Amino acid sequence: MSATITPMPSRNMADARALGRRRRLVDQLVRWACLAATAIGLFFLASILFTLIIRGVAALDLTVFTRTFEPTTYGDPDAPRGGLYHAIMGTLVQTTLGTLIGTPIGLFVGTYLAEYARGSALGNAVRFVSDVLLSAPSILVGLFVYQMVVLPMGGFSGIAGSAALAILVIPVVVRTTEDMLQLIPNTLREAVVGLGAPKWKMVTLVCWRSALSGIVTGILLAIARITGETAPLLLTSFGNNITSFNLNSAMASLPIAIYQQANSGFPDLIDIAWAGALIVTFGVLAINIIARLLLGNSK
Amino acid sequence: MSDSINSTMPPVVRRKVGSFGDRLFEAICRGAGIFVLLLLGAIILTLFIGGLPAFREFGIGFIWSTAWIPAEGREQYGALVPVLGTLITAVLAILFGVPVAFGIAFFLTELAPPWLRRPVGTAIELLAAVPSIIFGMWGLFVLVPVVQNYIQLPFGEALGALPLVGAIFASNNFAGTSIFAASLVLAIMIVPFIAATMRDVFLTVPPVYKESAYGLGATRWEVMKGVVLPYTRISVVGGIMLGLGRALGETMAVTFVIGNANRIATSIFDPSTTIASVVAMEFPESLMGSVKQSSLLALGFLLFVISFVVLAASRWLLRSRLK
Repeated sequence: MSATITPMPSRNMADARALGRRRRLVDQLVRWACLAATAIGLFFLASILFTLIIRGVAALDLTVFTRTFEPTTYGDPDAPRGGLYHAIMGTLVQTTLGTLIGTPIGLFVGTYLAEYARGSALGNAVRFVSDVLLSAPSILVGLFVYQMVVLPMGGFSGIAGSAALAILVIPVVVRTTEDMLQLIPNTLREAVVGLGAPKWKMVTLVCWRSALSGIVTGILLAIARITGETAPLLLTSFGNNITSFNLNSAMASLPIAIYQQANSGFPDLIDIAWAGALIVTFGVLAINIIARLLLGNSK
Repeated sequence: MSDSINSTMPPVVRRKVGSFGDRLFEAICRGAGIFVLLLLGAIILTLFIGGLPAFREFGIGFIWSTAWIPAEGREQYGALVPVLGTLITAVLAILFGVPVAFGIAFFLTELAPPWLRRPVGTAIELLAAVPSIIFGMWGLFVLVPVVQNYIQLPFGEALGALPLVGAIFASNNFAGTSIFAASLVLAIMIVPFIAATMRDVFLTVPPVYKESAYGLGATRWEVMKGVVLPYTRISVVGGIMLGLGRALGETMAVTFVIGNANRIATSIFDPSTTIASVVAMEFPESLMGSVKQSSLLALGFLLFVISFVVLAASRWLLRSRLK
């Protein structure tokens, strides 16, 4: 322990006052430092949102939503200006498919952990692995799906992108589903079983229904996460400059389109990238806020 | 569960209602759980098998070789530069990020007035939800010029002439994309994760412990230092490890701002690369089944091993506090 807390109070009043002043001063300094730390965190969030709004809104117009990729105009006002329709569609398709594939698996795993495997060795292993997957580098999921889907199919494809996103959905849904099911009081389960209902009906008709808003929150958070994922898609669906709904060929997505156009070096394409960044970020943040409100209302 | 109950019952008991549905449902749930286990196993296995040709070609020296020569005919690849880049950026990000994250967690649990805690906490959590590509773009177009003009140049001038350590700060890098910029972006990205974990951990301290310290006249900082931190220190380290694990595998944000130069950097203001960003940059255009592709998969395997160890340690440290 440092000098701020002396084990024996001083008998000398002047010493005691000096000590008290020093302790209060240290306390004040730490409080200002913590306030500064919080301000730093909020400042960066504000800076990102501010940059997005300034650069994004300037570039955002209807053509972004209705046209597909066009090469740079080189500042020629008559040349056709490109948009992100292809990327928005690609993201919608892959995010929807990824969510549809990943959610049921995550839901069943979460149910297994909460209803069947409390304290069992297999359950602990599954919980551990799911938590590791939750924070594991997403680009490795891309490499995995490349080896498992892209190589056998002989090329990048929308279905590979969806598979990679599905793998990222699973641990998010597992975590929230288990947490929400854990909150249900056991007396409710006992009441259902006491009426003679089989366990699967107890789980599906009572537990899932009581935890519904929490489970939906988890699914929304998962959607928010995969909507902005770039790295795994780079190795699986690769990106495309035309609108494609063919799951067997390379498919565009909003994050990839942003990545490619932001690095193109052409100011007009970078503007479109900012517009895309604005769309993605506010979409993701909106989903997050909705998820939080949903959870807040149920409590 | 139901199996063990059935086996202890006398065989003449009538069938339980819905027992087929029960067994089917449990099998589905258990199967999904086993699927997740197999998934992780399969990820490790495919990365290892994919990297095997590279390990065979270059031997174990692949790990500490600095070569990265894609020229056809005399191709040679080594992992040292990306591995070092990954570790250095992640550790620097932790150094920058942890004090800020601790400050936020302390502010949100003890210092802020109650009406302020929820909105500020939500805002910090929203920072965690911003996609990494946005951090990358913002980093490249906003942060990199600031870092170059106000940090790289003054520090390089002031500290570059120092003996021994001067080389760390001196740099002729004109692009501005550097290890330092990447660490800074990573720090901003992991602060919300560490802060949220620390906050949740601080909230698990029984109020009576804190109240007894306050009752003795301790200031808030003394309560934090003398009661809360000793009580939670293992979990705090776990939260930091969680941030480290995230920083190690972050791809797009780093790719934008690190400069992607596959050579050993002597200064923190020089460009370098990380495992994740070299894979993102070079894998999509590598030929199927080539030595290069195999080398990148081998790098992926190394990244998996590193981040798995860190994340497993984090889970283990956090096991008692957070479910």
